[in-house]
Amino acid sequence: MALFQLIGFGPTGWGGLLLLASLMTLCVTAVALLIGAILGSLVAWAKLSGSRILRTLGGTYTTVFRGVPELLIIYLVYFGGSSAVTAIGTAMGYEGFLGLPSFAAGALAVGIISGAYQAEVFRGAYLAIPKGELEAAQAIGMNRSLRFRRIIGPQVFRFAIPGIGNVWQLSLKDSALVSVTGLADLMRTSQVAAGSTRQHFLFFIVGGCLYLILTSFSDRFFTSAEKRANRSMPTSLGQA
Amino acid sequence: MDITFMFETMKTLLAALPMTLALFSLSVFFGGLLALVIVWMRVSGNTIARNFAKGYIFVFRGSPLLIQMFLIFYGLGQFGFIRYSFLWPALREPFVCAVLSLALCTAGYTAEIFRFGLRAIPAKEIEAARSVGMSGFLLTRRILAPIAFRHALPAYSTEVVMMVKSTALASLVTVWEVTGVAQRLISQTYRTMEVFLCAAAIYLILNFLILQAMALLEYKLTPHRRAAPLFPVPQR
Repeated sequence: MALFQLIGFGPTGWGGLLLLASLMTLCVTAVALLIGAILGSLVAWAKLSGSRILRTLGGTYTTVFRGVPELLIIYLVYFGGSSAVTAIGTAMGYEGFLGLPSFAAGALAVGIISGAYQAEVFRGAYLAIPKGELEAAQAIGMNRSLRFRRIIGPQVFRFAIPGIGNVWQLSLKDSALVSVTGLADLMRTSQVAAGSTRQHFLFFIVGGCLYLILTSFSDRFFTSAEKRANRSMPTSLGQA
Repeated sequence: MDITFMFETMKTLLAALPMTLALFSLSVFFGGLLALVIVWMRVSGNTIARNFAKGYIFVFRGSPLLIQMFLIFYGLGQFGFIRYSFLWPALREPFVCAVLSLALCTAGYTAEIFRFGLRAIPAKEIEAARSVGMSGFLLTRRILAPIAFRHALPAYSTEVVMMVKSTALASLVTVWEVTGVAQRLISQTYRTMEVFLCAAAIYLILNFLILQAMALLEYKLTPHRRAAPLFPVPQR
């Protein structure tokens, strides 16, 4: 079968490249989730802080980056970042256009978006900590950093796992949009394979199936992570 | 910041707004209708229908919208029986393909939202309705649909905002809506920030208006959750 050769691992097959591209999609999403976790915890802290300016800034961040199309944010980071890099290059005496690497631009753009969602997840997880535990920690004289390390951090992490799982799934699908910058992720590779073999239907089905495999495996991963994090908790309704 | 440039950009982008609104309203409408069918299959007693609905929801929620859109736009034309069928004049149009894939995708998410709405109906209310002799369509119209919709409304409004954002992908199959025009302006002028701010403002205002409308709808549909008026309303 010619079709099976096309998606196989032979010299004319695209199988190896597609698997490599799936790995690239996972890498972009993982780096984006990490960037998003850093941005998200900063924004969550700003939104929970007493200062009105910080609260407004945090609120603006989450409203803007959850309300504007992902594609537009990717264009902003890719084109805006490239002109910034070019400006720096010109200042350092380099003539001509410098592009931002598409991996960096893509991971940063998806990270900024996932940061907005993660901020809400972290904020909800912090608010889920019983007030009495924070007061008890204060009462026995724990200072801020100790309180964070012993009481807040572990519990926020535990409560946030289901939400982080949802954000991961969103980011995995958003990462397909990074293909517009030319990064050889799963979307882009399926597109190239479809175009050069003129078998559009076949390759977009195969690409879609690989995305389905990625999303269902990560779903399973996050379910078991949630179970593990909650192993010391009494079981109640709605738990994984 | 150049005010005249921003003004011109805004004018160009606003000219593309009707296209975004058309994509959005058509896909939300058809996606909602399809979601009703899917959720009806999902909760039905028929095993085949239930498993089909489960598979549909899994596929359309688990894969990126962009790959679904490309599958429809580039993939379908490859088959002779589609190219020579009566559907081809419609399926050849990028706009029709974009609406079709947006509607198919949102139907998967919306069906799941409606199902959670259905599950939130207290069993007592269904029993009460049955005991007074309601069944079938009457039960759905008077009891199931209103209560389920009310419960589903907050999650549904999130999904509707997601749809506004998803219309941006139509620019990748050559439908010139706001994001596509913004991208063209960016590559012509290299003034990323100004163009981004204008386009972002359009989307944020649009989403704000939609959320306000949804909140108003929720308020109108839930008179029982409001406190009774403090002073009795005078009888006329």
